[in-house]
Amino acid sequence: MITVGIDLGTQTVKAVVLKDGAVVSRGKAFSGFDPAKSAQQAVDEALKEAKFSLSDVNHVTATGSGMEMAPNANSTISMMGADAQAGVFLFPKARTIIDVGAEEARAVKCDDNGIMMDFVVNERCAAGAGAFIEAMARALEVKLEDMGPLSLKAERASPINASCVIFGESDVVTLIHRQESKPEIARAIFDAMADRISSMVHRLGVNPDVVLVGGVAKDVGFVASLKRKLSIDVLIPEYPEYAGALGAALVAVRRAKKV
Amino acid sequence: MEYWRWQEYHRIFSEKKWKNKDIITAGVDVGSVGSKAAILIDGEVYSWGVMRTGSNSPDSAKKALDWAMEGTGLRVNDFKYIVGTGYGRVNVPMANKAITEIACHAKGANYIWGPSVRTVLDVGGQDIKAIHCDETGRVTSFLMNDKCAAGTGRGMEVFADLLKIPIEKIGEVSLNVEEEPPPVSCTCVAFAKTEAMGLLRKGWSKEKVLAAYTHAMAIRMGNLVKRVGLEKEFVITGGQSKNIGIVSRIETALGVKCLPMPDWRDNGLDPMIAGAIGAALFGKALYEKAQKS
Repeated sequence: MITVGIDLGTQTVKAVVLKDGAVVSRGKAFSGFDPAKSAQQAVDEALKEAKFSLSDVNHVTATGSGMEMAPNANSTISMMGADAQAGVFLFPKARTIIDVGAEEARAVKCDDNGIMMDFVVNERCAAGAGAFIEAMARALEVKLEDMGPLSLKAERASPINASCVIFGESDVVTLIHRQESKPEIARAIFDAMADRISSMVHRLGVNPDVVLVGGVAKDVGFVASLKRKLSIDVLIPEYPEYAGALGAALVAVRRAKKV
Repeated sequence: MEYWRWQEYHRIFSEKKWKNKDIITAGVDVGSVGSKAAILIDGEVYSWGVMRTGSNSPDSAKKALDWAMEGTGLRVNDFKYIVGTGYGRVNVPMANKAITEIACHAKGANYIWGPSVRTVLDVGGQDIKAIHCDETGRVTSFLMNDKCAAGTGRGMEVFADLLKIPIEKIGEVSLNVEEEPPPVSCTCVAFAKTEAMGLLRKGWSKEKVLAAYTHAMAIRMGNLVKRVGLEKEFVITGGQSKNIGIVSRIETALGVKCLPMPDWRDNGLDPMIAGAIGAALFGKALYEKAQKS
C-alpha cells in the first residue's frame, strides 16, 4: 500500500511517501504565492524518487496551515495530530512532541499510540518561531545556517529584548554598535527563543520522552538552548522538518485500510 | 520602487530671523524609523527636518539636526542647549541632556494644539504610547507597548511594499472599501507579509486587505488609549498621525474625534515632530534654569 502525506507550511511544503508504512522518499518546495502548485512539486519530487505515479497512491492526507489548498488530498489531519503520530512512530517512548516551524510553535502531549491528548500553540507572535532566528540572522549579517554554530562559541548571552522580533532587531543593531561579540548575541537570541518555547511546554507538562521536530530542530544553537532551559534530553529525528508530512502519511495508512 | 519610503522634508520659517542673543535651542528625536530635529528661537519653532533613521543612531542624530539647520546659517555652537529624545536618545552626541520621548511628546502636543490637550497617542515606527498630561503638557500617566511591535508603523511599511502602494497613500486606499472588513486576527509585524498574502490568495482586493489590517491596528491603539483612560482633548502624534485610515478608525473605536491635525504645509507644524519640539522646549527651560543658578 502506498500513501502520501503533505505538510503545507507557511514557508515550505513537505511531502513523504510511505510503502506499507515505511518511508521510501521525501520532497520539498518553497510555499511561495501558490502553495497548491508548490505542494504538487513536492509530491511529484517524492513520487519520482520512489518511482511511483499518482495513480499508484492509495490515500493522500494533508496537514499544515495551508492544508485546505492541497491538491489531490483524500483527507486532512490537524498539525497536532500529525505531530503526535510522527513523534511516536519515530520514538516509541515519545509523550511530548515539540514542533517549531517558521511561523508557529506547538507542543503536543500524546499517548503510546500516537494519539494527541492535549496541546499548546504559539501562532500569533514571531518571537517564538523560526522567523525570529531568520530576522535576527539578517540583523547580525550572519547566514542562517551559521547562527547555531556561532552561538555555541559563547560562554554567556548578551542582554536583549527578545519579546518581539521588531524590538529584537533594533536591539541587535544597538549591540553591534556597542561591539558586543556576535556569538554572545546569537546565544542571547536562542536563549530567549528557548525560554518562550520552554514556558509554553511547561503549560502542557514535560512528559518524557521529549521529541523536537520542525525545521528549527535542525539548528544546533536552538537545540542547545532548549536542552538547557528544559533541563531534560531532547530527541531529534534525522529529518525533523518532515515530521508533519510523515504524520499525515501515517494517518493516510489507517484511513486507506478503512476504505 | 520603494513603496515604503516616505518623503524626507524640512521647513524654515523664513519670516523669523535669529540673533546671537536669542535663546536658540534644538530637540533631536531619534526614533526607530524616523529621525526628527526641531530648532526653536525663544521657544518658538523656527525650523525643522524629518528623515529616515539609519542603522547608526549617532549619525542619524547629526544628519537630522543638519537637515533642520540647512539654509538657516546656524552652526552647532549657536545652540544654547540641545536635548536628545526618542529610542536613540542616548546616542545623540551633541546633546546636553537626554529626556524620554513620552515627556517630549506631551510637551510638543501642548505646543502644537494648545493647553486643552489631555490625551496624546503617539504612534511611531515601532512604538505606541498613550499619554495623559495636564494643561502645561506635563505627563500625569502613560502606557506603552513594551513587549510587542504589533500595530506600529513598521507593519504599514511592509504592507505598502507588498501591495505596491506608496506609504503616503495607504490611508486613503484603506478607506476605499464599500464595507469595513473584519480586522485581521494577527497584527505581528513579522507576519504581516504572510497575513496579507493569505488574504490576497483568498481573492480579497488590495483595498480590503489594507482595510482589515488598518482596522486591527486601530483597535490595538484604541485599546491602549482606553486602558490609560481617554480624556478630552485627544490628539495623535507620530508618523501614523498622517494615516487617515488609522486616524478615522481610532476615532470610530473610541467614539471621539481627535483635534484636527494642523496642516503642516500651511502653518509649518507636523505632528511627527511633536517630540522634537517638546525636547527643544525642555532645552530652553533647562538653559534658563542654568542661567539663574
